Amino acid sequence: MFEQFKGRAEGVSAEVYRFATRSGALEFITGFLQGEGVADQPGSYAIWAACPFLDGIERQSLQQLAGLKLEVTRELAAAAKIGISQMDWALADTGTLAGDSSRLDGRLASTLTGMHIALVPTSGILPDMPALLERLKPDSSAYIAMITGPSRTADIERVLTIGVHGPSRLVIVFCDELGGTE
Amino acid sequence: MGTTFKESIHQAVNNANLTGALGAFSEAYKVNRARAYEGIDFEELRGRIAELKGHAAAQLDQLAEQFTRNAEARGAKVFRTSDPAAVREYILKVAQEGGVTRIAKSKSMATEEIHLNPYLEKAGIEVGETDLGEWIIQLAGQTPSHMVMPAIHMTRQEVAELFSKEVNERLSSDIPRLVKVAREQLRPLFLEAEMGISGANIAVAETGSIVLMTNEGNARLVTTLPRIHVAVVGIEKLVAQYGDVATILKALPRSATAQLLTSYVSIISGPTPNDDGSQKELHIILMDNRRSEMAADPQFRQALQCIRCASCLNVCPIFRLVGGHVFGKVYTGGIGTILTAWFDELKKTEDIQGLCIQCGACKDVCPGKIDIPELIMEIRRRLVKKQGLPLMQQAIYRVVNNRRLFHGMLRAASLAAKPFATGGFLRHLPLFLADLTDKRSLPAIAAEPFRDRFRKIKQPPCQEKAAFYAGCLIDFAYPEMGEALISILNKAGIEVVFPDEQTCCGAPARYSGAYEVAAGNAMDNIKALLAQEVQYVVSACPTCTVALQHEFIRDFESLGQTERLPQARELAAKSVDFSTLVKQLVDEGRLTLQDGQQLGAITYHDSCHLKRTLQVSQQPRELLEKAGYALTEMFECDTCCGMGGSYSMKLPEISGPILQRKLHNIRQTGAPVVAMDCPGCVMQIRGGFDQAEGGVQVRHTVELLAERVKG
Repeated sequence: MFEQFKGRAEGVSAEVYRFATRSGALEFITGFLQGEGVADQPGSYAIWAACPFLDGIERQSLQQLAGLKLEVTRELAAAAKIGISQMDWALADTGTLAGDSSRLDGRLASTLTGMHIALVPTSGILPDMPALLERLKPDSSAYIAMITGPSRTADIERVLTIGVHGPSRLVIVFCDELGGTE
Repeated sequence: MGTTFKESIHQAVNNANLTGALGAFSEAYKVNRARAYEGIDFEELRGRIAELKGHAAAQLDQLAEQFTRNAEARGAKVFRTSDPAAVREYILKVAQEGGVTRIAKSKSMATEEIHLNPYLEKAGIEVGETDLGEWIIQLAGQTPSHMVMPAIHMTRQEVAELFSKEVNERLSSDIPRLVKVAREQLRPLFLEAEMGISGANIAVAETGSIVLMTNEGNARLVTTLPRIHVAVVGIEKLVAQYGDVATILKALPRSATAQLLTSYVSIISGPTPNDDGSQKELHIILMDNRRSEMAADPQFRQALQCIRCASCLNVCPIFRLVGGHVFGKVYTGGIGTILTAWFDELKKTEDIQGLCIQCGACKDVCPGKIDIPELIMEIRRRLVKKQGLPLMQQAIYRVVNNRRLFHGMLRAASLAAKPFATGGFLRHLPLFLADLTDKRSLPAIAAEPFRDRFRKIKQPPCQEKAAFYAGCLIDFAYPEMGEALISILNKAGIEVVFPDEQTCCGAPARYSGAYEVAAGNAMDNIKALLAQEVQYVVSACPTCTVALQHEFIRDFESLGQTERLPQARELAAKSVDFSTLVKQLVDEGRLTLQDGQQLGAITYHDSCHLKRTLQVSQQPRELLEKAGYALTEMFECDTCCGMGGSYSMKLPEISGPILQRKLHNIRQTGAPVVAMDCPGCVMQIRGGFDQAEGGVQVRHTVELLAERVKG
């Protein structure tokens, strides 16, 4: 199902990576941030919303990283270049990420920023929407979010344009070691 | 038809930007939609949607109650009302109590329906649309021309001009740059607005959830940043089960924008925290505004199965010419005509219902399985019932309903038209009729109608009998088509009888909403065609065949004339279109086409009623190929030619461009001959080629096959 997901997600301009271990994923992300030239000033930094992935690594090493903030507020998110959050599920047949987004920080990091890096446990890949709705219910989540590719519009002359109010890049990082939500 | 309405059409069809943009979009849409649905059984899917939405429409009241209970249990405030004014007042009250000065809105047709923005602005509140298309038309002071793509009628240059004024800077018409400007301009609104207003694509009774879909991400911001969220939801958005969401999400984005899923989908079930630690104030307004009345109407209940994808607009040959604004200020296109009749008023559809040519293209793609053309016919019928027919039409139908008078006048017309006729065509008509022969010639009325010629035809002894239902066009304009049909059936051992008392099939009256008149025609024809024992009643006109097979029954049903139904059903069971019958006879070995012929290239035009009502499209193609023609398909082979019976006479300025597109598509195949099964299409397309360069032979399949049947 990973290959199917990858094909679908790339079909809507998302970028898809997969790593076996947490350290592999972390190394990729820190490298990516450096490659994007993150720095502390507004418009250039990255924010990382609290998530199980962060809980499982040495935060200290991240705090050394220039241009990365492990705190998310509306003001910080509005001026962030990159937002990092974790999503619980991925739907193979549409290339969609999904998860409980009732916590505000994850939503801010994935909505207000210019670029969104989404961490996903590889075991969270599901075949399709019905499979998701069986697992993710309003009783446990007041705000269920689904994300399929970056923000887009075709409102001017039907010309597809990426990046309107949401992020213009969606980078999906699967981590085998992250385990599932179940 | 009102003069202002005619003027708006005139303006639209002469707006090259509009017709160019819509034309290109409609062509791309068909291809992309098909790709999005690859591997999906659309009929099965829309069957499920029609069922779940139909089920919901049948119990709106209970679902609204259940939704209210469940949403309130999760902490939302639900306000249910049937009155648009009460919706506006409620929102204003919430805003004033919450100290709201700015509102960020994500796209909501329900708020367009109740003209919310001007109301709130009058009360001194700033209201900003955040969907790019909605923002554009808000800046332009316009109304949406399309449910999904509100600003599809505008060019990038027009948008650049609007945005330039907004930011006080001369902007080029580079689209990515314009989109960036919108992002920057709207950001402060998202961050500062105290209230967000959204619509909802789905409302789930079982869980009290609302579902929001956007591509731009504005609904996520509108439901995340402001501390108050108000969702205005038409109660037709209600579904019973949480699992129903998956079914609708499978069809809506595919049908709306040919996407597998929109970039963002949010399922909101109760309030979530704000960034200051407080809980969001979540208000959900369930708005009725005549939806319950619609649900109680046996004909119109199905309109509540609409999921607002607007695919009926995207495939409509009229919409792509005139765009949305001709239809009115809120809902546009086919479904828009129906919604306007209910949510606004029936009288508002007096003109726009006439835009529908009844080609059925929308019905084929509707994911809610709504028979949109049929509902528009029902609007016509109700308008006629309420307001009566225009005097001119009344006079015409009185004539049509009196067979002797009608046929007498057609004969007289044959003589009267002589001064204008050349080579079997009327190329120019004087004065007020001139529109009818602009870019299309009309056939001259035959000097000797089929009914007279028939008496002179000698038929061999046969074992079976078929009654031929000619229809007005074959009888009075193309009698040679009738002769060709007889020669073919005779070779299969079928004698053709022509009941003299047959008359107009009633289509002109029926498609204008005059069902009583149509039912009169139906009864006359039933009597005539059942008078003799025959195996088949055959017609070479698909519109007539549809009348024989379906419409007579429906006329009687809708008028409650149940005593007439058994005879109508008896006739329907015997009735068959020409190509289906001949294909059957060839398959049975009763007819043989000459072998080894190489007749060259041909292209085939699918007539609306044959393809979409009678579901016949392969039969004529197989027969023509068997006869030795090499079939080259044209682009949009099953798109209407613009004839639509009297449509081409009522709205020649729309019919004309549709015909030109058809002629172009035919020419592009390079085939010297185009075949079709409908004498009405022959009239339209042959008339078009008569006035155009590079003519192509336009033939009814019956004529082509008559030359090729052995024996």
